[in-house]
Amino acid sequence: MNLTYTSREQVEVYRFSWPVAIGVPLAALFLQAFIPVHVYFFRAFDLPLLVTIFFGISRRNPITGLSTGAAIGIFQDALSHQPIGLFGIAKTCIGYLASSIGVKLDVDNPGSRFLMTYGFYIVHQMICYALRGMMGESPAWHWGHDLGLALANSLLAVVLFAGLDRFKQRT
Amino acid sequence: MESFFGRHKNATVLAAVLFAQLLGLATQIKTQTDRGSVRLVRYWAVAVVTPFEKGLVYTQDGIKRVWTNYIYLRGVRQQNEQLQQQIDQMRIQQVRLQEDADQARRIQALLAFKEQYIAQTVAAQVIGTSGTEQSRIISIDRGSNNGIKTDMAVITPDGIVGKILTVYPTTSQVLEITDPMSGVGAILETSRLMGILKGSPTGLPYLDYVMSDEKVQVGENVVTSGGDGIYPKGFPIGKVASVGPGRDLYLKVPVKPAAALDSLEEVLVITQVVDKSPDTTNLGPIRAADILAQRLPSVPQQKQPAASPVVGEAPATPSAPGAAQPQTKPPAAQPQATPPAKQPQAKPPAAGPDKSKPNQPVAKPKTPVTQSAPPQGPRP
Repeated sequence: MNLTYTSREQVEVYRFSWPVAIGVPLAALFLQAFIPVHVYFFRAFDLPLLVTIFFGISRRNPITGLSTGAAIGIFQDALSHQPIGLFGIAKTCIGYLASSIGVKLDVDNPGSRFLMTYGFYIVHQMICYALRGMMGESPAWHWGHDLGLALANSLLAVVLFAGLDRFKQRT
Repeated sequence: MESFFGRHKNATVLAAVLFAQLLGLATQIKTQTDRGSVRLVRYWAVAVVTPFEKGLVYTQDGIKRVWTNYIYLRGVRQQNEQLQQQIDQMRIQQVRLQEDADQARRIQALLAFKEQYIAQTVAAQVIGTSGTEQSRIISIDRGSNNGIKTDMAVITPDGIVGKILTVYPTTSQVLEITDPMSGVGAILETSRLMGILKGSPTGLPYLDYVMSDEKVQVGENVVTSGGDGIYPKGFPIGKVASVGPGRDLYLKVPVKPAAALDSLEEVLVITQVVDKSPDTTNLGPIRAADILAQRLPSVPQQKQPAASPVVGEAPATPSAPGAAQPQTKPPAAQPQATPPAKQPQAKPPAAGPDKSKPNQPVAKPKTPVTQSAPPQGPRP
């Protein structure tokens, strides 16, 4: 009887071409900054976070995952007015966790992708709140608001990941 | 030792990256940067993103302009006629408001009242955002090359938007009033209660420091108090959305912003504000009737015809607004003849343009220091 959740298919590691590895995160950052000018509610989404999760679970390499998360997070911090490192730290952790979990779960299933993104979004927000608290701010935690955003991001992730799957290359 | 790092390579790298970032974060908090200085990494990030944003916005704008100006011209003739009618009506209003403005300036001169006038503004186009709910900032396509500096107020004709936070050579970042870091000196228009408008993570700013025993009406207008030294006094901020208990002894008053912050395309940056007394040199001598008009109790005017003759005359002069000045003198005699009737008469037409309200003179940049220029809305 097989007690492990990991099958040969599930632990398959993917890689991406350089243009995709650099272009997709940059495109995500650009779209995240540009689309809300015309579609205000798009601020609710966090495309850079979704891209971090996608690359993390696809590559299944914690060091690559955390590096991708750190780079994307720091870039996102630079476009905002908050201290550089806030999103950087949060996305570093998410990149690491996504890569680590990617080895143990079936990450190609839409259902598991939805649940994973939901959980990662909440963790990401909690890290941000914790860091803000450490910086002396007094952020208010809006549970309903954040759970709603987590749901919206999870739904988008299912669609986005299906599209990004096309760029995967088997090692 | 090597085997330990070899076995825990991933965790070690994670710890190292997190530590480095935490160190950087702590350094940033410990050493507050000078206002206006920009970290190199921010500069690079903005330099990478903004050219694409600008390119897309300008392309979009160009296509829209070609479409609306050269292709889609359906109903333009009809619209033109309607606008012409509006101009005629507004000229009539202008004559009446000019009278009120003249009188107000005389009174202000008597009281040695100094007022803030917007001397210069720069129009800018919104090209991007921070893209996150935790940082409500927008990017505009004007920077230090255009005379933009930090802490300048950013407005639209509807209300205030925010202030300049960071300036780059060709772009700037604007901190919206809805951002949790934002604070604006505010005053309730009717009850004259003062407070501080603060942003919130949900995007709905609220008025703080209003005592809980005060009465605040839902729907009441909130305007800038000028106390923060950034926003000139009297600009619309928004309307009271609801009233509820806040922390300690204060109320929490959420305010719905007057400016459409969710669909901003163009904004005005106030680059120069001047304090000066109203110029009354061209207004003629102060007449006793004008002073008496302020002191005596007013009598509501019963009939409309008083305005009609003026109405008929003003459009008849096909002159420019500036040249219309001489025509404003003859009607001046009418309110003088019936001084108290002037105030009630001035109020109803003010319902159209809010700018005529007495506490909003600063909403009119280029408000005439000389009488030759009529009051007009903000312009770049």
